[in-house]
Amino acid sequence: MIEFQNVIKRFRRHEVLKGVNLTIERGHRVALVGSNGAGKTTLIRCLLGEYTCEGQVTVDSLVPREHRREVLSKVGFVPQLPPPLKMPVGQLIKFAASVCDSNPQRMADVATRLGLDTERFKNQPFVKLSGGQKQKLLIAIALGRDSELLVMDEPAANLDPEARHIFFGLLAEKKDEAAMIISSHRLDEVASLVNRVIEMDQGLVVLDDRVADLVELSSRLGCCVRLVRAEAPFAKAIGEWGFTGSEDGKEWRGHVAGPDRLRFLGVLSRYAALLSGIEMHESEEARSREAALNG
Amino acid sequence: MKHLWLTAYADIVESLRARWFMVYTLVFGGLVVVLFAYGLAESRIMGFTGLSRLLLTYIQLSMAILPVFVLITTVRSVAGDREAGVFEYLLSLPISLAAWFWGKIFGRFLVVFAPVLLAMVGAVIWGTIKGVDVPWDLFVYYTGLLMALAWCFLGIGMLISTMARSSDVAQGAAFVVWLTLLLFLDLILLGILIQEHLPAETAVAISLVNPMQVFRTATMMLFDPQLVLLGPSAYVILDTFGQTGYIIYALFYPIFVGTACAATGFFIFRRSDLP
Repeated sequence: MIEFQNVIKRFRRHEVLKGVNLTIERGHRVALVGSNGAGKTTLIRCLLGEYTCEGQVTVDSLVPREHRREVLSKVGFVPQLPPPLKMPVGQLIKFAASVCDSNPQRMADVATRLGLDTERFKNQPFVKLSGGQKQKLLIAIALGRDSELLVMDEPAANLDPEARHIFFGLLAEKKDEAAMIISSHRLDEVASLVNRVIEMDQGLVVLDDRVADLVELSSRLGCCVRLVRAEAPFAKAIGEWGFTGSEDGKEWRGHVAGPDRLRFLGVLSRYAALLSGIEMHESEEARSREAALNG
Repeated sequence: MKHLWLTAYADIVESLRARWFMVYTLVFGGLVVVLFAYGLAESRIMGFTGLSRLLLTYIQLSMAILPVFVLITTVRSVAGDREAGVFEYLLSLPISLAAWFWGKIFGRFLVVFAPVLLAMVGAVIWGTIKGVDVPWDLFVYYTGLLMALAWCFLGIGMLISTMARSSDVAQGAAFVVWLTLLLFLDLILLGILIQEHLPAETAVAISLVNPMQVFRTATMMLFDPQLVLLGPSAYVILDTFGQTGYIIYALFYPIFVGTACAATGFFIFRRSDLP
């Protein structure tokens, strides 16, 4: 679906991409990782036809720069930093739906699923929304249309755990029909979302690896965490994951989205000295769904 | 075309919520209010009376304010939007570069011209209420001249925005352009050039190339058909164009400059990195 053939990008004398060769097919969910300045954003901008470059980038044999409308009508894009748009939320949805030949209600429905009531915020300038609300709206615009390629730069960074779980579910709905490129500084942020990891360093692809596709994107884990003593900082941290504590604050219960398990364990690791026990198990609902599939 | 108007509409919505637009509107609205407050419509100086005098003063002040306002706000918002990531996001949507660029220009034109026009319309309405004669021919002529001037500097602003890679550089360049054109107004540099025995044709050529000078000469032409205020170069202009010819030139030349600059800007924009 996507071909990068010896793609070189220079800014004056500085070579940011030094001959990238890649092929990405439908069904590939790619984690594009690397440190700052590795060339991830530049590669994405070349793919979107926003940067001119040497070599060739094609999407379904079309060059994005020359066939902008044909290529970009297939692409849902979520940037890392939300643009400071002053237009109201309702206007932004209408504008995006109109240029993408989509239905604004479809985008609004995705936003609602993510926990953002667009009707309530329709007259509010986009720039005045919170970081999480902006991210939800941009995701809704990207997913609320017929896209065959999703390009997302740290898409879940500002989302609360519940919204992350729903977001993973939305990606699961698209996983067979679309290719996904998810850019991140850290692999653990996106590891469980993807089935392929591409690492970039100083403008070159230094790792291109397939990973086992074991985690169901829409799965959910029931979780119980026990502590040796109650601690306010821990209560605050786990409260952000939607967990509820016992009266003495030593036992906490809640749910974690399957693809978020590594990130959750990363949070717990900061309080390792406090932990006396952790239980994680797939929810009854997930188990019965799996049984139904097997049976 | 649908995408062009969508972009224009989006740009208008963006601009109407921007602080610069409020300041801009207040300046032009305030100008008319101040001119009325000082009783300019009732004054009689050098034969200019009523609303004619007010419109003449208003347009002379507009010549000083409009170009720099249009230049600075255009380059600030366009280059600023690019820096802030607005281009990166909106240009990831399936919209053609032509529709985006020209839509932005048309939207911006309506936004920069509307307050100027509304201030004049406000003056006419107020004058009518007060029983002052409304010089309709002058109103239409000045509206045309202001449109041409706004379009001209909008085109120059878009060209600077596409060439400069940061809003700071763009603002600096816009200011330099405005200052250069201001220096080449007849009153300042042309006077020196003539004093230094430069051929009159060169001085006239400079005054015909500078859109601000073209605008200034054209605004004076109806009141000073012999262009006495402009000095000897006026004879060359009048001999070459005639009054009607110069009025047509003054209306179309700035539009041509603005369109040429915008088209060059689009050519550069289409071939360069977008965000």
